[in-house]
Amino acid sequence: MKRRSFVKKTVLSSFAAIIGTELIFGANMMEGYTPLALQEPNPFKLFSKNKEMLVLNDKPWNIEAQAHLLDDKVTPNSSMFIRNNGKIPEEINPETWTLTIDGEAVKNKKTYTLADLKSTFKQHTYQLTLECGGNGRSEFDPPAKGNQWTIGAVHCASWTGIRLRDILEDAGIKSNAVYIGYHAVDAHLSGDPSKEPISRGCPMSKALQDETILAFQMNGEAIPLAHGYPLRLIAGGWPASVSGKWLNRISIRDKVHDGTKMMGTAYRVPKNPVAPGEKVKDEDMGIIESMPVKSLITYPKTGATLKENQPLEIRGHAWAGELEVEKMEYSIDFGATWTTCLVEKPANRLAWQHFSASINFPKKGYYEIWAKAIDSNNIAQPMLLPGWNPKGYLNNACHRIAIKVV
Amino acid sequence: MIDKNEFQNKIKKAEKTAYKAIFFSFLASVLLLFAAYDPTFSIFGNKETALTYSDTVENKNEDKIENGVHIRTGLVDAEGLITVVNNCTNCHSAKLVIQNRMNTERWNTTIKWMQETQNLWDLGENQEVIVNYLVTNYPPIAKGRRLNLTDINWYTLKK
Repeated sequence: MKRRSFVKKTVLSSFAAIIGTELIFGANMMEGYTPLALQEPNPFKLFSKNKEMLVLNDKPWNIEAQAHLLDDKVTPNSSMFIRNNGKIPEEINPETWTLTIDGEAVKNKKTYTLADLKSTFKQHTYQLTLECGGNGRSEFDPPAKGNQWTIGAVHCASWTGIRLRDILEDAGIKSNAVYIGYHAVDAHLSGDPSKEPISRGCPMSKALQDETILAFQMNGEAIPLAHGYPLRLIAGGWPASVSGKWLNRISIRDKVHDGTKMMGTAYRVPKNPVAPGEKVKDEDMGIIESMPVKSLITYPKTGATLKENQPLEIRGHAWAGELEVEKMEYSIDFGATWTTCLVEKPANRLAWQHFSASINFPKKGYYEIWAKAIDSNNIAQPMLLPGWNPKGYLNNACHRIAIKVV
Repeated sequence: MIDKNEFQNKIKKAEKTAYKAIFFSFLASVLLLFAAYDPTFSIFGNKETALTYSDTVENKNEDKIENGVHIRTGLVDAEGLITVVNNCTNCHSAKLVIQNRMNTERWNTTIKWMQETQNLWDLGENQEVIVNYLVTNYPPIAKGRRLNLTDINWYTLKK
């Protein structure tokens, strides 16, 4: 019933954003009529996702891509992973939506409407890589608790909005500012209104970067509901949980933000390396900042069978958190030899980079193509799982695909 | 000649019967299809009544088991199933339970965490039933430092 009343309280203009396509006859829609899209039990239709996306969880919704679905240079909505900690908000009115800047270290607490944000501040567009901190969790042994992401919790879409720095400076940043923390309207799974499903943030240095934006558009259109409509923080290169969705408040803190999923073991890894399965005390865990170097082979799809002497063109993307990918290599002999790939410069800082290569296989048989990116600090992806950690974050082990030459 | 006419009449009769048979079987299949897609024939009745009716049908079948799997949640039918369904699928999906493989100690820690932060209630004696169900039916799988690639769908790559 809530779903039905939803539409009555929402203006049609925002509707197109929610279902991800344009409602051509929107103006003629009868009052009280609930479009089928919002009652849709099929998540692929509901979120306009490719049918090959993998649903890990339906309460809350968590959906990931497969490598071959991420072949586009700019990820379309249809292939973007969805990661939710709580329930997707249903009643959003962009006309009455506001964003408040507050906190111990704000000079003047200020509230802005969406129209204020769009008209007061200069707008910028960046292509930004967002990867879930837990992408690759499924490979850890002993297994780590949480959604068992394989490789598809990453995307690089184009985001348009205003710089977070501009609005923070408009409200005024006191000299004791340390961190920002976001707050949003999504509801806790238990239904407890006093609980926030997630409220994370980043140090001031990240908050003040040119590319850290408050976005209202994704790939040139209003952000789809599942991706944070009407306002989302985008902090490329950091765990995607920093890029909070459905934001209505940002606090400038005089200490490290202590919101939900900032504390304990959430989005934290051991400060010192530990053995697999080892218990780690909370105080020995540190907050994840920049994501590690990583890459994906997005073409061909794993399982390709080729004729002997048929060369294979491969391509994909590589990214390195705050850094750039300097070098890209592939191996068809399990790392015994590596060949350099062509790797392009990023569209802008914090955007993933495209690589390609042409491979000739020496003889018939089963092969795996392993891809390895190396960042500007000369740090490479490991072929094996990186250091075990209790929550299974930061698995940046080489991606590989299977090939048969017949 | 008479014989021939009679024969032709019989053929015509047979033809008519065949047409009728085709018509009725077509009608029957349309009705059957309709019944399959809309068993309550809700299209002819009041929408709200139809909804209530199908709701009750759903309620009756909500703990339906097929091929050893609890249809509504996807959980394996084994000792403790309903206790798990009743305590572990209210806030989050059973999919989250199924994909997480832990031993007894780690499940107990997870339950404690859910009680401290996620408003999970005291499970009492059910906790042992639940944890036993989980470790028996969803045991951890050893993966080492890297698994082989499996479940590969082979296809021919065109040039």
